[in-house]
Amino acid sequence: MSFLSYFISGVSLGAVYAIIALGYTMVYGIARMLNFAHGDVIMVGSFVIFTVVSTFGLNPLIGIAAGVLACTLLGVTVERIAYRPLREATSLAVLITAIGVSYFLQNVALLIFGSNAHQFTSVVSLPNLVLAGGNLIISSTAIVTIISCIIIMIALTAFINRTKIGQAMLAVSEDRGAASLMGIDVNKTIAVTFAIGSALAAIAGALLCSAYPSLTPYTGSMPGIKAFTAAVFGGIGSIPGALIGGIVLGVIENLSKAYISSQLSDAIVFAVLIIVLLVRPTGILGRKINEKV
Amino acid sequence: MTKNKVRIQNAVTYGMVILFWVVIQVMDKTGHLTSLFKGLLVPLCMYAILAVSLNLTVGILGELSLGHAGFMCLGAFSGAFLTNCLETAVPGVGLRFFLALILGAAVAGVFGLLIGIPVLRLKGDYLAIVTLAFGEIIKNLINVLYVGRDANGFHFSMKDTTSLGLDEETGVILVKGAQGITGTPRAATFTIGILLLLLTLFIVLNLIHSRTGRAIMSIRDNRIAAESIGINITKYKLMAFSISAALAGMAGVLYAHSLSTLKASSDNFGYNKSILILVFVVLGGLGNMRGSIIAAMLLTALPELLRGLNDYRMLIYAIVLIVMTIFNSSPKAIELRSVVMSKLRGGAKKEVA
Repeated sequence: MSFLSYFISGVSLGAVYAIIALGYTMVYGIARMLNFAHGDVIMVGSFVIFTVVSTFGLNPLIGIAAGVLACTLLGVTVERIAYRPLREATSLAVLITAIGVSYFLQNVALLIFGSNAHQFTSVVSLPNLVLAGGNLIISSTAIVTIISCIIIMIALTAFINRTKIGQAMLAVSEDRGAASLMGIDVNKTIAVTFAIGSALAAIAGALLCSAYPSLTPYTGSMPGIKAFTAAVFGGIGSIPGALIGGIVLGVIENLSKAYISSQLSDAIVFAVLIIVLLVRPTGILGRKINEKV
Repeated sequence: MTKNKVRIQNAVTYGMVILFWVVIQVMDKTGHLTSLFKGLLVPLCMYAILAVSLNLTVGILGELSLGHAGFMCLGAFSGAFLTNCLETAVPGVGLRFFLALILGAAVAGVFGLLIGIPVLRLKGDYLAIVTLAFGEIIKNLINVLYVGRDANGFHFSMKDTTSLGLDEETGVILVKGAQGITGTPRAATFTIGILLLLLTLFIVLNLIHSRTGRAIMSIRDNRIAAESIGINITKYKLMAFSISAALAGMAGVLYAHSLSTLKASSDNFGYNKSILILVFVVLGGLGNMRGSIIAAMLLTALPELLRGLNDYRMLIYAIVLIVMTIFNSSPKAIELRSVVMSKLRGGAKKEVA
């Protein structure tokens, strides 16, 4: 029974990674850039929700709405100021500005909230699910997290396949030049991608901090890296890949924490990533690109 | 003609480093150095070495590596371990430090080779994330490593100090997991740092301007074309990668000997450190060793020089980073710069005429 409980909390952690990984994977697929600041957007979202819920004492749903709004604006603004001028530059240059943005967000948060950990009030206030006569307790946060992840995945797939802007996103990720010749506004499409990714980051932040309530300016960076790992694991650019990568990573992390060593769990996660990439160099669901001479 | 140009360029780079050393010595003798700045001198050299060595991988070989801090960590720990082990056998601190430098570089170099064999088959961002993963694994493993020594020899453990099973009388714990290695003599000085930086430059610059270096750069520019003229891709990739790792290991030994306690913490050897070094390389210019040194030194000194601004210094650092990159790399900024430059030059020509 304890295995099952570790497994379920692993799936729930993995679901958070998957939601964050979506932001990485969409931005990478469309703008061909590694958005290193994505993890810090999660942190900003969590702080906004924390302020609304704990400081102003409003309903958690209003908090989440405010967090989503703030992160969407933040994502679009950052894209406009820091990334768009470098659209035609080398990918390394954009990587460096993303790192700069990451430092910037962390230090702004540090100035406003200080470096001490804040206690995040869970946005989920449902009773835990007790099964098998009290032997298996599944936290309500885990259930809400897994359900939200599934809803987000379905909604996003529908959005990309059924709407005009979603099709535009696919076209831009396929071939930016050809897409703009077909009359697609590339800049607008990329801005929408950032908006969606950042909005998802706020939701991920709320779920992450509900499960792990200590909130500091550096809260987002390690989950950000893990989610990025999940995105690469599943095949970067692929939405189902992000889901698979996130869940697998979360389960491995939780099980190795429980059964092997809590200090080595990160090392085990990364080792699995390396093994997978050596067998499938573009991730589980990644497309292989053949080079032409 | 071009050979001469290369020689002049290299001489300027070496000269710049030596000039820096002279200026610091003069300032030190005349008492113009604050203690804050003195503490910064060894890290300045260390970051310059790290930046030059990473530039070999990123700028010359053209592969993005985010695991440089891992190699530095390996060098730091193997070097500090040796210095502490030989405490009784070799009394001279200088000699022990020298041996530690060689061992640190060798260990990091060998690991660079071992990691490079599987990793360098990957491309681009996949390579970047795998090198990041290796760096984190190295840091995590060293964090749970316990090593002790007694009359029976060395004991290793991944759990705690008691499971080492040391002899009570003769047992000494050398590596203490998350608490790391303590009691390393602080033998690293600014002069040694500068000498190591010059050595690094000598190795890297000579490599770049040799037949081997040209082979490495041809892989960067076009892998398939390079392969078609008979260049052994794997061999040259591995060579560049492991030399870069060995130099990072050497910088790690320098670092270990500037601290009394060495810990494999995230602040010291996490992926953020690797990213920091990458920032120096990119801002200094890919493939430009002189630029790497200047960027490493300026950006290391900047947060310290801004100390008067207290809480705002890292914020300013972040803004400087963003603005500098946009100014350096944005097509519009480059166009603007060339317009301004041509106007200035045009004006100058008219004056001459």
